[in-house]
Amino acid sequence: MAGSNAKPKLAFYWAASCGGCEITVTELGMRLVEAGELVDIVFWPCLMDFKYSDVEAMDDEVIDVCFFNGAIRNSESEHIAKLLRQKSKVMVAFGSCAHEGCIPGLANFYDAESILERVYDTVPSLDSSRGTRPISSVQVPEGEIELPAFYERVKTLAQTIDVDYFMPGCPPVVDQVWNVFQTILTGELPERGAIIGADAKTNCDVCPRQKGQSGMRIKEFKRPHEVDLDPDVCFLTQGVLCCGPATRAGCGLPCIQGNMPCRGCYGPPDGVVDQGAKLLSAIAALIDTDNPEELQHIMDTIVDPAGTFYRFSLADSILSELKYKSDGTASLPPRREG
Amino acid sequence: MSKKISIDPITRLEGHGRIDLFLNGDGGLENAYLVVPELRGFEKFCEGRPVEEMPRITQRICGVCPIAHHMAAAKAGDAVYHVEIPSAAKKLRELMYSAFFVADHATHFYALGAPDFVVGPDAPKAERNILGVVKKVGKEIGGRVMQLLKDNHEITAFIAGRYIHSASCLIGGISKPITAEERDQIIERAKRSIETAKFSLKLFDDVVLNNEAYVDMILSDIFTHRTYYMGLVDENNKVNFYDGKVRVVGPEGKELVKYSPDEYLDVVAEHIEPWTYLKFPYLKAVGWKGFVDGPDSGVYRATPLSRLNAADGMATPLAQAEYERLYDTLGGKPVHQTLATHWARLVELLYAAERSLELAQDPEITSEDVHTIPTETPDEGVGIVEAPRGTLTHHYVTDEHGILTKVNLIVGTTNNYAAIDMSIKKAAEGLIQPGKPVDDGILNTIEMAFRAYDPCLGCATHTLPGQTPLLVKVYNHERELVQEICRD
Repeated sequence: MAGSNAKPKLAFYWAASCGGCEITVTELGMRLVEAGELVDIVFWPCLMDFKYSDVEAMDDEVIDVCFFNGAIRNSESEHIAKLLRQKSKVMVAFGSCAHEGCIPGLANFYDAESILERVYDTVPSLDSSRGTRPISSVQVPEGEIELPAFYERVKTLAQTIDVDYFMPGCPPVVDQVWNVFQTILTGELPERGAIIGADAKTNCDVCPRQKGQSGMRIKEFKRPHEVDLDPDVCFLTQGVLCCGPATRAGCGLPCIQGNMPCRGCYGPPDGVVDQGAKLLSAIAALIDTDNPEELQHIMDTIVDPAGTFYRFSLADSILSELKYKSDGTASLPPRREG
Repeated sequence: MSKKISIDPITRLEGHGRIDLFLNGDGGLENAYLVVPELRGFEKFCEGRPVEEMPRITQRICGVCPIAHHMAAAKAGDAVYHVEIPSAAKKLRELMYSAFFVADHATHFYALGAPDFVVGPDAPKAERNILGVVKKVGKEIGGRVMQLLKDNHEITAFIAGRYIHSASCLIGGISKPITAEERDQIIERAKRSIETAKFSLKLFDDVVLNNEAYVDMILSDIFTHRTYYMGLVDENNKVNFYDGKVRVVGPEGKELVKYSPDEYLDVVAEHIEPWTYLKFPYLKAVGWKGFVDGPDSGVYRATPLSRLNAADGMATPLAQAEYERLYDTLGGKPVHQTLATHWARLVELLYAAERSLELAQDPEITSEDVHTIPTETPDEGVGIVEAPRGTLTHHYVTDEHGILTKVNLIVGTTNNYAAIDMSIKKAAEGLIQPGKPVDDGILNTIEMAFRAYDPCLGCATHTLPGQTPLLVKVYNHERELVQEICRD
């Protein structure tokens, strides 16, 4: 860090995540080896030796920067998040899971019991052990085995501990990871609370596709497999839902270059708090009718609006408080304190 | 007095894992448990999602093998809509999948497997990692391996936009064709990949097979289990990663069953234990007999070695020659030695590179006919591919609008869960002896037992320095900590 001759001490951790954030870091290839010589990595479960007790034994704030990926799904991930916060000067929510819950956050459409019921009671491949549930403390013939508690809902990192910076993306693209590493090495960190490794604009702002001469006037929404996708024309102009209007730029549009619409993994752009609500209003503004009935009809052609507009940000949205039961009804539980 | 030893945490697990070992009063091993303490519940929260989004949603199960989930989900979606995809789309999917296999197998071999063999199981711990491998074999070779990974990440990106969490497989085919220029770039990379794959096998020869101690270790009973083997095969019973039928052979090598994706429930069942969140699949026809091997136990393995055991050969010439050499050297089929999985992985690596070139050179590969718009009413479908770590099954049921109502997933590593657990136990049994203190030596032996499976677990670890960090805590029966051993 700036003002010190010592190498910056970095830590990496993964909670409820897929490992894609770690793979992105390794995609740095030789650049990572270079960077590795300039920093001191003190904790990285997936790449290096460590033990939790090593972290516990550290003085508070001895880690300069901690990159934390993954959402908070169980008691173990919450415990480690709190421990690392205590030991780190700067905490970065790295990637969409830590930033806003990402795909694992879609679990917040259901309560924990519905999930356990599906996995251990009703999937068709179970044998006579059907209905057995993993439990937090189990007596086996030789002794006792413990399991972490599975939480009722998925939480983001900032819902669990104080976070200094947010790095969006599922996963963050490799060039942005490199940019952020370089920023850290120079010690020129932005204002606390900032989004790093991304741009301020939206994907729509930077997308090269043609938007159509008279603007977009949507009469019907189509699903990507139902049409032949034109590689040069804006997806929304083609009537295909794209999350570009309310998604932060910075990824370099790899999905759009792959001729598939954006699904929003970089989260909301500057000035937008709730990505799903913003998307809904942006999309509704493109619908070509003044007739309320026709509007409803066109909106009905959007399948799974909540699961699409909040594909990556459900755990970070007001909708996350909704609880869907197995019978399809939903209720809003009282907000928990703290 | 009984003791419990917890190896906690093991990393390079996708998610988190722990091994609990219980010792009897004499200090010998009583039992071993591989505990998987994590659950995310994709089977439930995918309900309500449109089925065409599943290739993009389910790859977030695993960022190490996202393309395996991308493929299985696309194939299950095709089946739900009863749509036959264009021939060129199938070839493009298989091409990107083959390139993915090259990258995935190479990262496992060099970063995870090779340190034990190239640097040595008894080498100083600080060197027993990918940097140690590079130090031993030279920077030129290290650069070549990096190039191999880069080449195959790029092949995938030409077709699918990007390597991690690709976008382009959709129901009815693929979202875009490739240009002639992209094809030429792919051919160049695939040719280089074949050379590096051949080199990797040569390296395995030089370092492992020419070393008697390693060969003895591979052949030792401590790393051997006689189980059933599973793998996807083409119409000639050759190994295939993308399509075909799943073939299962017994411990004697005889075919037990060959099934289509939609028959998986007739063949595989899952057992639940309350001490772990992960389930244990087994062969229904044989039955769940607990954590034991042999012809009467339904435990099967689905690994690179299992795929070779379950098939009659490889569909490309260089890989076929290596396949024959493997079985000639190890005494014929099937091979039960878990550590030979590393060798089988390299045979598959060569096959995947050859297959990439074959497909890239196919005149149809630049065809613009890559997507068929589905017209049938969606209902139910199963998609199966071979993930690098085992047969991957996605089973979807939808309403008439293609909205998911039921999802079931049997994921690569899960197939091997019972076998990995058994392998850990056997290795620990061989090492933990009454009267001998449990020392650091146990850690690497246990690691080698599960590392051969590349439990999908591996994730990013595949490409960088490090060994599985282990912390072993020894408790007495009062749960008082009596000993702590860690890697440094």
